[in-house]
Amino acid sequence: MISNGTSKTVVKLHVNGETRDVMIRSADTLLETLREQLGLTGAKRACQNGDCGACTVLVNGEPMHACLSLSIETVNQPIMTIEGLRNSSIQQEFVDKWAIQCGYCTPGFILNCHALANKRPDADDETIEEWMQSNLCRCTGYQEIKEAVKSVLQNHKNDSAS
Amino acid sequence: MIPFDFEYYRPESLTEAVQTYETLISQSKTVLYYSGGTEFLTFSRVNQLYADAIIDLKGIPECNVLELQEDQLVIGSAVSLNNITESNLYPLLGQTVKKIADHTSRNKISIGGNLHSRLIYREAVLPLLVADATVKLTGNDGETVHPLKDLFNQELKINPGQFIVQINISKDYTTLPFVSLKKTKISKVGYPVVSIAALVKERQIRAALSGVCPYPFRSSEIESVLNNSSLTKEEKIEKAGTLLPSPIIEDIQASRDYREFVFKNTLLETLEALEAAQA
Amino acid sequence: MMENPWFSVGKPEHRIDAVAKAAGAVRYTADYSVPGILHAKLATSTQAHAKIKSIDVTESWKVPGVRAIITGKIFPFHIGPILADRPPLAFEKVRYYGEPLAIVVADHEYQAKRAADLIKVEYEPLQVVNSVREAFKTDAPLIHENSGQYMKIISNVYPVQGTNIGSHIKIRKGDFIKAWENCEYKVKETYSFNLSDHAAIEPRCVRVEINPTGKVVVHSTTQSPFTIKKVLNQFFNIDVGNIIVHVPMIGGAFGGKGTVQLEPLAYLASKAVGGKMVKLEYDREEDLITAPGHIGLEATIALGTNKSGKLMAGQYTYLIDSGAYTDQAAGITRAAAIDCTGPYNIANVWCDSYCMYTNHPYATSFRGYAHPELTFAVERTMDQLAKIIHMDPVELRTINAIKPGNSSPTRTTLNASNIGDVSKCIERAKELINWNEGARKETAEGMIRAKGISTFWKTSTTATNAQSGAILKFEPDGSVNLSCAAIEIGQGTKTILAQMVAERLKMDINKVHVTMEVNTQTDPHQWRTVASSTTFLAGRAVMNAADDAIAQLKRTASIALQCSMEDLEIGGGRVYLKPSPEYGVKIEDIALGYKFPNGHAVEGQVVGHGRYIQRHLTPMDKDTGFGKPGPWWSVGTQAIEVEWNPKDCTYKILKALTVLDGGKIINPMTAVQQMRGGMYLGLSFASHEGFQFGTDGTVLNPQLRTYQLMRFGDQPADYIVDFIETPAADGPYGARGIGEYGVIGMAGALANALSRAAQIELNHLPLLPEQIWNVRKEFKNDSV
Repeated sequence: MISNGTSKTVVKLHVNGETRDVMIRSADTLLETLREQLGLTGAKRACQNGDCGACTVLVNGEPMHACLSLSIETVNQPIMTIEGLRNSSIQQEFVDKWAIQCGYCTPGFILNCHALANKRPDADDETIEEWMQSNLCRCTGYQEIKEAVKSVLQNHKNDSAS
Repeated sequence: MIPFDFEYYRPESLTEAVQTYETLISQSKTVLYYSGGTEFLTFSRVNQLYADAIIDLKGIPECNVLELQEDQLVIGSAVSLNNITESNLYPLLGQTVKKIADHTSRNKISIGGNLHSRLIYREAVLPLLVADATVKLTGNDGETVHPLKDLFNQELKINPGQFIVQINISKDYTTLPFVSLKKTKISKVGYPVVSIAALVKERQIRAALSGVCPYPFRSSEIESVLNNSSLTKEEKIEKAGTLLPSPIIEDIQASRDYREFVFKNTLLETLEALEAAQA
Repeated sequence: MMENPWFSVGKPEHRIDAVAKAAGAVRYTADYSVPGILHAKLATSTQAHAKIKSIDVTESWKVPGVRAIITGKIFPFHIGPILADRPPLAFEKVRYYGEPLAIVVADHEYQAKRAADLIKVEYEPLQVVNSVREAFKTDAPLIHENSGQYMKIISNVYPVQGTNIGSHIKIRKGDFIKAWENCEYKVKETYSFNLSDHAAIEPRCVRVEINPTGKVVVHSTTQSPFTIKKVLNQFFNIDVGNIIVHVPMIGGAFGGKGTVQLEPLAYLASKAVGGKMVKLEYDREEDLITAPGHIGLEATIALGTNKSGKLMAGQYTYLIDSGAYTDQAAGITRAAAIDCTGPYNIANVWCDSYCMYTNHPYATSFRGYAHPELTFAVERTMDQLAKIIHMDPVELRTINAIKPGNSSPTRTTLNASNIGDVSKCIERAKELINWNEGARKETAEGMIRAKGISTFWKTSTTATNAQSGAILKFEPDGSVNLSCAAIEIGQGTKTILAQMVAERLKMDINKVHVTMEVNTQTDPHQWRTVASSTTFLAGRAVMNAADDAIAQLKRTASIALQCSMEDLEIGGGRVYLKPSPEYGVKIEDIALGYKFPNGHAVEGQVVGHGRYIQRHLTPMDKDTGFGKPGPWWSVGTQAIEVEWNPKDCTYKILKALTVLDGGKIINPMTAVQQMRGGMYLGLSFASHEGFQFGTDGTVLNPQLRTYQLMRFGDQPADYIVDFIETPAADGPYGARGIGEYGVIGMAGALANALSRAAQIELNHLPLLPEQIWNVRKEFKNDSV
C-alpha cells in the first residue's frame, strides 16, 4: 500500500524520462509540484478546476488536467510535460499555422494534440473536436489551432503511408 | 490548491481498503473513498468538502476490471469514463458518459465517482438503471450484491464504510437499440438541462432522465405512458410531463419553463429515434 | 526608386515569440518563484452590499506560517484611475460580492488560503442595487454616500452627489428636439446585457518587494506599468523614481490588465512583512469577480429619418453598469458618448451616457472600450429601422455612412486620413457575405439560414498627452536591440515594431532583437498598451528612433568613407555611397564607432532614440461634448451567417466576416489573427457570456465551468477577413490601430442574424437558445 501522512514526504516522480525527488503534501496537486518543485512551468495554472486545459500534461500518455491529480497519485507513472517535448511536428505546426498568440494555452493544446496524434492518428473532425474541447483559448478563435491539429494528423498519415 | 492537509492511502486489496477505513474511523477521522478524485479536488479547494484521510481505490484490481465475464459485463468502480466509452462494451453507457465534462477530465473521472457525485446529475446512472444493473459492494460486512434500483433512490444510498467494487450488467442489454441525448444551456461541455438514456427491450422503451428534476430517475409511470400505443407521441409527451417525480428544477442552466420545453423536445427526439426499434 | 529587397512592412513575418511559446519556455509572471518568497491570499466579501461590523482574525493567526494579516484599516483611502472612489481593501462597507476585505501573508500559499478562509466577518446587510435601472431610480439606496467628494484624477468625470451616477457625459449636437419632430420614420428600442469578464487564460498575478533603500519593485501581469508607478506615487506617496515595474509577456489581457487593482494590495502586503517579496496570484474565481470585469449596459436608442431614409436625429441613453466602482467604466462612459452614433452621419445628436454604480463586481476597460456595446445597440436599431422604412438594411447603412467632410458627435471634422472609407467596407462586406443571394432562407432540412450585418467605428481615446518612446542599440555584429515599453499581450506588437525597424533600416528582421520584457527603469515611457494605440504611438516612436540611428550611422560612415552624410544611403547591413553602392562600410564596423587602421577611433556606439506624443487632442466640453478626443477612427463592417433550428432555438455560426479599414496593414497575417480572435471574443461574449446574479447580488457563476466561453468547435466554420487600406497620413507607414476592432461589430451582427432567422427582435445578450425561445414565446403571445 502506498500511503502518506499529513506531513511532507519525499516521493519519486517520473517526469520527462527522468526520476525526480519531490517533497510533497498529500494535498499537493501534480500541477503545484511540477511548477513549484521541478520548475516545469510550461504547465500553466489558470483555473485549478479542470475547466480550461492550460495545465494539461500526459500521464501514461493520456492527457490529464494536472490540477485534477494529486501528485501522490502519479507516483510510478510516466509524466510528460511540454518541456519533455522538443522540436516535435506539432510544435512546428502551431508555429507554422499561426496558432499561437499570447501562448498561455499553447502547451496544454500542444500536449493534448500530441496525445491525440499518438492515440488516434485516424481521428475524424468529431474526435478532434471532442479532444480539443478540453482546452480553452481566448486569443485565436480556434481556427488556426484546428488547422495545426489537422495538419499534424495528416502528416502522421502521410508518414505511415510512406 | 487544497488548503487543508489529509492522509492518503492507496490499498491494493479490498480487505486492505476496508481495514484502512475501519482503522481511520476508529481514530475519529473523516474518511472518504477516492477513485478519480476530480470532484474531491474541485470541491475541497473551495472548502465544500473536507477529509482527514482519503482512500484511493485505484490500486485494487477488482475495481479496475472492464470485461465481459460470461453473460455479464463487469465494470470496476475505478474505471475511467473514457475507458468505458473506448471499450464500446455497452454503447449506451459509453455514449452517455462521453457527454460528461470534457475529454481530458474523462481520463480521470471514474464511473464510481460519477455515481457518487455530490452534484445532482450523475448521468452514468441512467444507462445502468434502464439495464437493471446490479452493484457489488464491499464493507465491513463483506461483499454483497444488490440490484442498483434498490440502492439508488435519488442518490446512491449505501452504508458508511461501504463502496462500490463493480457494476454488473447482463450482456443482453448491451446490444439493445438505444438513444442517448444530452441538452445543455449552450456549450457541449457543461451540465445538462436535460439528459436522457433510453433503450428498447422487447419493444418496450426504458428511459432514465437527469437534469430535469433535482436527481436522476427512472420512472415506471412515465415508461408505461411512453409504451402506451393508444397515445400519439404528443399525448405521450404531455402525459409524461405530468408524471415527473418532482417539479422541474430552475437554476443557472435554465429556467423551469425552458427546461420543460427542452424536456418535451428531447422526449420527442427519443421517441422518434426509438420508433423503428419498437415496431 | 530602388526596390528594397529587405522590405518587411506588409509582409507576413512570423511572430518573433512563437517558437519559445510552442516550447512552453516563455515564463509569465506567475512562473517565477524564489526560495523564501511569501504568499498573499485575499479574504473577500460574501455580501454584495453591507456594513462591515467587525473582522475577526483570531483563528487565522493560529494557522502555521502566517506572517501578516491586514484589513482595510491599514489604508482607509480611495484610489482610482479616473475618479478615486475605491478602497483597495474595503473599510466601513462592502459594495460587491468578492470585494477584498483582508490579506493574509504566509510562507506557503495554502497556509495563506487556510488562514484567509478562517477570517470571520460580521456584516450588517444593506439593500442591494442589482441593476442599472434600480440604481437610476431617485429613491435607490446609495452605494457611495459621498461621491461628490471623491478626487477627480482626470477632468472628464462628473459624479452626481446623492445619486448612483458615477459620471454623466453629454453630447448635444445640432437641435435634436426640433429635428425629431420632423422625422418621417422613427424607431426607439431598449437593449441590455449583464456584466461579463475578460477571462484571459492567464489569471492576474503580481510580486512586490520593497528593498531597504525604499525602492518598490513590482513584477506584474499588466498592460500599464507606468500607470502602476503613477498610482503608487499618487496614493501611496512613493517617489516615481523609486518604483520599478517589470512586465514579462502576458497571457492575454483584453483590457482587463489595463487598470491597477492587485498591485496596491501586494504593496500593502509586502509593507506588512517588512518589504519582503510577496506574491499575490489570483485564483480563477478571484480573477473573474474580485478583479474588474466587463461593463453591463442598458441602452435606449431613438433614430429618426426623412422620407428617403436619411438619418436626421438620434438620441442615445446609455446606462453603463460599472458595478461598485467607476474605474475605467467612467472612461468607457465617455467613449460611448464620443462615438454614440456609430459610423453614420447625423446632424442632430443627443446623448446621455451615465456611469452607474450598482452592487455588482466593478468593471474596467474591455477590448473595444464601449464600442462592442454601443454598436450592438446601434446596429440592432438600424435593422429595426430598416424594417419600418421597408428598406434593405445594407442600403440604409450605405446611404447614411459617415464620410470625409461630415463631423463626428463631438464635432471633429472628418477627412479621408482620419476616417478611412466606411462605404467601401460596407460594399466589400456585402459582396463577401453574398448579401444579394438573400439574407434568409430555409434549408431542405427545415433549418433557417440567415445573415446579419453590422458597421462600426472607433476612435482611440488616449490621454491627450499619450506617448511612447523607443531605443535602438546596435551590437558589434551589426544587429540591433529594440527597447520599447509596449507590452506583448499576444497581439504581436513586438513583431510589428521589429518589422518597422527592419523596414526603416532596410535590414533583415532576424537582425532585430526585441526585448520582450518591459522594465520601466530602462525602457522609455509608454502611456499604456491599450486602445489599439500601440502600432500608432510606439510605431511612430520606433521610426523616429530608426531615423536617429540612421543619422548616427551615416555620420560615422561619412568619417570612415571621407564623404558627406548626404551622399550616403543605408541598407542590407551597410552604409554606402548612393552613386556607387559597392563603395561602403558594414554596420558591424561602425556599430561601436569606427576604428581607423592606425587604432584611432571616432563616434562610438550607435544608440538611436525616438519618441512620439499625441498632438492636438482635447478633453470634451462638459455641456455639449465638443472636443477632439482621438487622432483617427478605424472603421469596418462585419457580418455573420447562422443556421438556426426553429425546433429548439439552437444555432450554429457558419460564417463570420470582417472588412476593416485600418490604414496600411503592417503584417497581413497577424492582422488576420487579430480580426479572427476579435470576432471569436465578440461572438463568445454575445452568445455565451455574462454573470448571473442572485437576488442578493451574489455571482452565481464565478467559475469557468459555469461562466462558459466558446470552446473549440463552437467557432464559426469559416472566418473571412479583408482589409481596405486607406492610409492614415500621420500613421507609421499609413497604419491606424486595429487591435480591438475584430470584436466590435460581432454582437450586433449575430443579434441581427438571429433576429432575422427567428423573425423576432433579439435585444438582450447573451443570445442563448433559451433567450431566443423566450422572446419568441412572448412575441407569439403578443400576436395572439
